[in-house]
Amino acid sequence: MLHTNRWIAGLFVGPALILVLFFLTYPILMTIVRSFYGRGTQIFASALDFVGLANWEYVFTSSTMIAALRNNALWTVTFTIFTVTFGLLLAILLDRVRYEKVVKSVIFIPAAISMVGASVIWKFVYAYRPVDLPQIGVINGLMVALGKEPVGWLIERPWINNLALIVVGIWIWTGFCMVIFSAAYKNIPRDLIDAARTDGANEWQLFWGIILPLMTTTIAVVATTMIVQVLKIFDIVFVMTNGAYDTEVVANRMYKEMFNFYNYGRASAIAVVLLLLITPIMIFNIRRFTRQEVS
Amino acid sequence: MSLKRLILRISLHLIVLAFTAVWMLPTLGLLVTSFRSPENIFGSGWWTVFADLFNVDQYTFENYMQVIYKQGLGRSFYNSLAISVPSTIISTFIGAMVAFGFAWLKFAGRKILFLLVIGLMVVPLQMTFIPILPIYRWLGLSGTFPGIWLAHTGYGLPLTTYLLYAFISKVPRDLLESASIDGASPIKIFYGIVIPISVPALSSVFIFQFLWIWNDFLVALIYLGAAPKVAPVTLTVANLVTNRGQNWELLTAAAFVSMALPLVVFLSLQRHFVRGIIAGAIKG
Repeated sequence: MLHTNRWIAGLFVGPALILVLFFLTYPILMTIVRSFYGRGTQIFASALDFVGLANWEYVFTSSTMIAALRNNALWTVTFTIFTVTFGLLLAILLDRVRYEKVVKSVIFIPAAISMVGASVIWKFVYAYRPVDLPQIGVINGLMVALGKEPVGWLIERPWINNLALIVVGIWIWTGFCMVIFSAAYKNIPRDLIDAARTDGANEWQLFWGIILPLMTTTIAVVATTMIVQVLKIFDIVFVMTNGAYDTEVVANRMYKEMFNFYNYGRASAIAVVLLLLITPIMIFNIRRFTRQEVS
Repeated sequence: MSLKRLILRISLHLIVLAFTAVWMLPTLGLLVTSFRSPENIFGSGWWTVFADLFNVDQYTFENYMQVIYKQGLGRSFYNSLAISVPSTIISTFIGAMVAFGFAWLKFAGRKILFLLVIGLMVVPLQMTFIPILPIYRWLGLSGTFPGIWLAHTGYGLPLTTYLLYAFISKVPRDLLESASIDGASPIKIFYGIVIPISVPALSSVFIFQFLWIWNDFLVALIYLGAAPKVAPVTLTVANLVTNRGQNWELLTAAAFVSMALPLVVFLSLQRHFVRGIIAGAIKG
């Protein structure tokens, strides 16, 4: 620790604190307050009707929001399971091939491009045309080549189109998981793995007995990061379907309330739902961090 | 035993190759299509070019000309640069300052303020738009570059602080304390020792932030809007999807223009990018 006076300390942390207070702390509090007031685009309470829990009733009982919450649940479970599993699988498998680096780059590239770009890429993959026209999307091209009917992947509700969107998310984020798992995996002492092999353990026992137990913390960190990302999923849905055909998600609904219906009351309540969903993870992160600080 | 091993080896390679194919094909389709004329795009699937790959007559730059000059993507590319470069510089610099402050300066409330900043890392940005937007409109900041520089800096600070704290707090204590005893002020220590020693971490964070801001859609959508004068590539591409959703010759070329710079940055500086991600996820 360096001794200093409060002016110097303020010089270093002041600008950041002001920005964080303005862009994060203040708006969080105001959004919570605003969720109890009516429609319109004003913020300050004097100009607004206090509506009590009306917005909250809308959030948890309207059919649009229930559909959005249901889709968010589907996203969270499917997306998290697949990104984490694929990431872990690739990290371990790629360690055993010589062309590891190239494949890693390929899998990781989607993390470097925008979700908007990825959405265009996949909208084209899913492109659907009537059966008498040539198919231009690669999946329907394959379907036709196999003698099947082309499918409107983004239209078939409620499972196919939602899962088709989730696939895009998995494609984007698997590389992120893989990179972190790979680093953690390579941190496991080689002797440990070699010793187990010499003792006759097969790869399967090696995975469950040694690799998995040593990587639980990393898996928890990656899984929570994925959950944080997926709960507020927006870009993919906005660009690919804008919530049509039962693909609405919470963040996209919030945008519509804000900019299409000018209902800041409902939009605020929806935003608070997102915050509430993420709060357990926020607490988990802070506790993890303080624990590490102590140790 | 060795037959079993052989089968295992082969299936290992097959699984890896299957993943590689699924991860490459979508982008490859986009790239190929962006060089085909509309007649070709709608006449046959993009994969048919491989039947006659080196027949250059089937390729065209017309789509790129169209999107860059007629659909405003050239201007958007400039806008994206004008948004991401200053935002990245400001947020990395302020992040380094505050990380140093929290790691090495003794002041009241240090710990609680630090947790406040870090804890906000996962707050969904949706929680912040509604109260800030009216203030932005009132200050004349919405639809302007300085407005979005500030927004990206504010939103990025928890993460940049967190990443840089992990590095700066591990700078050898003796180095800083002996400089302090020799009479160097914290400002001098920051510029003379901490910044030079943190260049690897700073460049990781810089690349990380740059890609994040370049690829951002939501923050730009809220604070800039789609006016051609300020819209970044992500907004312009999303607009094309809405307005010209079936013009695949335009969409594919536009998407590729929007991805070109991140791809170059990523492929040439992959190591730094990866290091940033790993520092954020494991060490912290």
